[in-house]
Amino acid sequence: MGQLPNLLLAGLSTGSVYALVALGFNVIFKSTGAINFAQGEWVMMGGMVAAAGHAAQWPLGLAVLLAVVTVMVTGILSERVILRQLARPGPLVVTLVMIAIAICTKSLVMLVLGKNPASLPGFSGSTPIDWGGLRIHPQTLWIIGITCLVMVGAHAFFERSILGRAMRAVAAQPEAAALCGIDPRMAMALAFALAAATGALAGAIITPLTLTSFDYGTVLGFKGFSAAMLGGMGSLPGALVGGILLGSLESLAGGLISSHFKDAVAFLALLLTLFLRPAGVLGKGEVERV
Amino acid sequence: MSQAFSPAKQCERRLATVAVLWIAFLAWPLLAGNDYVLSLGVYFFINLLLIGGLNLLMGFGGQISLCQAGFFGLGAYVSGVLSVRAGWPPHAGVAAALILSTVSALAIGLPALRLRGNYLAMATLGFNAILTVLFTELVGLTGGPNGLSGIPPIILAGVDFGSPQRFYYLAWAAGGLCMALLAVFLSSRAGRALRAVAASEVAAASMGINAFNAKLLAFMFSAGAAGLAGALYAHFNQYASPETFNFSASVLIVVMVALGGWGQYWGPIFGAAVFTAVPELLHKFQDAELLVFGAGMIVVLLFLPQGIAGCVAPIATRIAAGMTLLARTRATRP
Repeated sequence: MGQLPNLLLAGLSTGSVYALVALGFNVIFKSTGAINFAQGEWVMMGGMVAAAGHAAQWPLGLAVLLAVVTVMVTGILSERVILRQLARPGPLVVTLVMIAIAICTKSLVMLVLGKNPASLPGFSGSTPIDWGGLRIHPQTLWIIGITCLVMVGAHAFFERSILGRAMRAVAAQPEAAALCGIDPRMAMALAFALAAATGALAGAIITPLTLTSFDYGTVLGFKGFSAAMLGGMGSLPGALVGGILLGSLESLAGGLISSHFKDAVAFLALLLTLFLRPAGVLGKGEVERV
Repeated sequence: MSQAFSPAKQCERRLATVAVLWIAFLAWPLLAGNDYVLSLGVYFFINLLLIGGLNLLMGFGGQISLCQAGFFGLGAYVSGVLSVRAGWPPHAGVAAALILSTVSALAIGLPALRLRGNYLAMATLGFNAILTVLFTELVGLTGGPNGLSGIPPIILAGVDFGSPQRFYYLAWAAGGLCMALLAVFLSSRAGRALRAVAASEVAAASMGINAFNAKLLAFMFSAGAAGLAGALYAHFNQYASPETFNFSASVLIVVMVALGGWGQYWGPIFGAAVFTAVPELLHKFQDAELLVFGAGMIVVLLFLPQGIAGCVAPIATRIAAGMTLLARTRATRP
């Protein structure tokens, strides 16, 4: 059983990245009701841009910042230039448009940055830390630390800041919020900026461990969406719990059962959870049983 | 001018139009210069089964399934594996594929459709993920990532459907049957119930409609159509590999339902035509292929919210009305 702590730690680290992706899904789901299929592509783009910045001799921190800003601008432009043209932005149409935007984003990244996998060095090297039998890649600590910071920051933003509360008001009741002087369009643009930025950050911090290439986004988006559903769509703590649960499930299934079938086991557990607790592990009773 | 809406009349009109169209489709093998172009016709009908089935669930039932490619693969592998590894005759494999995909939709639909919202989308996404893993990792059965090869062609009543010329008629019949079934179903009591559920579940329930049953039936139909499509694909192609049936393929089928005209009877014809033709047309863009496709999709979604059928159908109706008027004036002329 000596491998159990190592497996859990690995699960915690991938789970943290899933949680960041799930956070992006939740923010957009709250503001549009849509499933944002571009979220995974933003993660991939974050990793690719950070790697390109690093390859151009930028300092690591600046390369990560470049990635976050570039992807954030992409997110804002997607909303401004494309989504705003929709006459009636219902959840299904927005979902479909986001699929199209995802395809374009992936293709543009491939055309501009190439098809080869890109890498980044670990933020504090890559010599494993030996800690009482646990071998920890220093990047794992960065990932867990940054995820915690982002989660706490997001919580504070939505609970305390005036902008965050305005966004929650729009999500709850757009017309009433507009009557109070909140511009729902502004809230939507902000949601896209936030989701894109967290996505890019997730991509930049995972790249030192896994590499990134232009076709890497779909899988990550798909896992992040699953994590969001597992935790409860639209719930911030749900994103964290769902992400870590999915990451640990995968890691344990891979280590203890079979690495070939780890995704199948993880998704089987996911389906069972959904059927037994339809609103997600932390979701509130928004889902009605008919 | 306007008459009371009659489902029976609508069904008759649709069936008549399908009959005319399908007779016209018989000309394809004569027009297609070579086997490659002819096989595009076969893929058109296979895609029509996939998109037509999903359109019933998505367009008329208001539910998204992200497992259409999964059921497609289930059909392909069930029929393929049964004939390659167990020596079943292909037509028995096709029947098994149809039954198994419908039954697995029942198993997923029973718990998932009790909930409103995106839950079917989520459950089907998970199921597609599980199926993809099984297709790739059960190497002994499926051939794994290298794919399953050597799938025998269908032989029915002594006729070998191995060549594209012959197979075309099989796919043609399956596609026509699917469209006819859809026309009959949509005007039936169950079909009208489904449309009522899509419009308002609460209103439908208050009229005594069992929304759950209606959605479950649509989901099973969509999965069955995909299973049949998969089995046909496997025996036509004589090869199947896992990446044809992954999550991205499922998303693409959802997109094709929307582009064709989501919730419109004729939508899947356009969706299937686009799905079959676009990859061929985009080859010349090489690396920019995806970008052109994505941009085209944005343009259609922004400017043709009803899909292609939504902009073509009114014109077609007008032409049809004009022709009936012309025929009538001719008939009354002494």
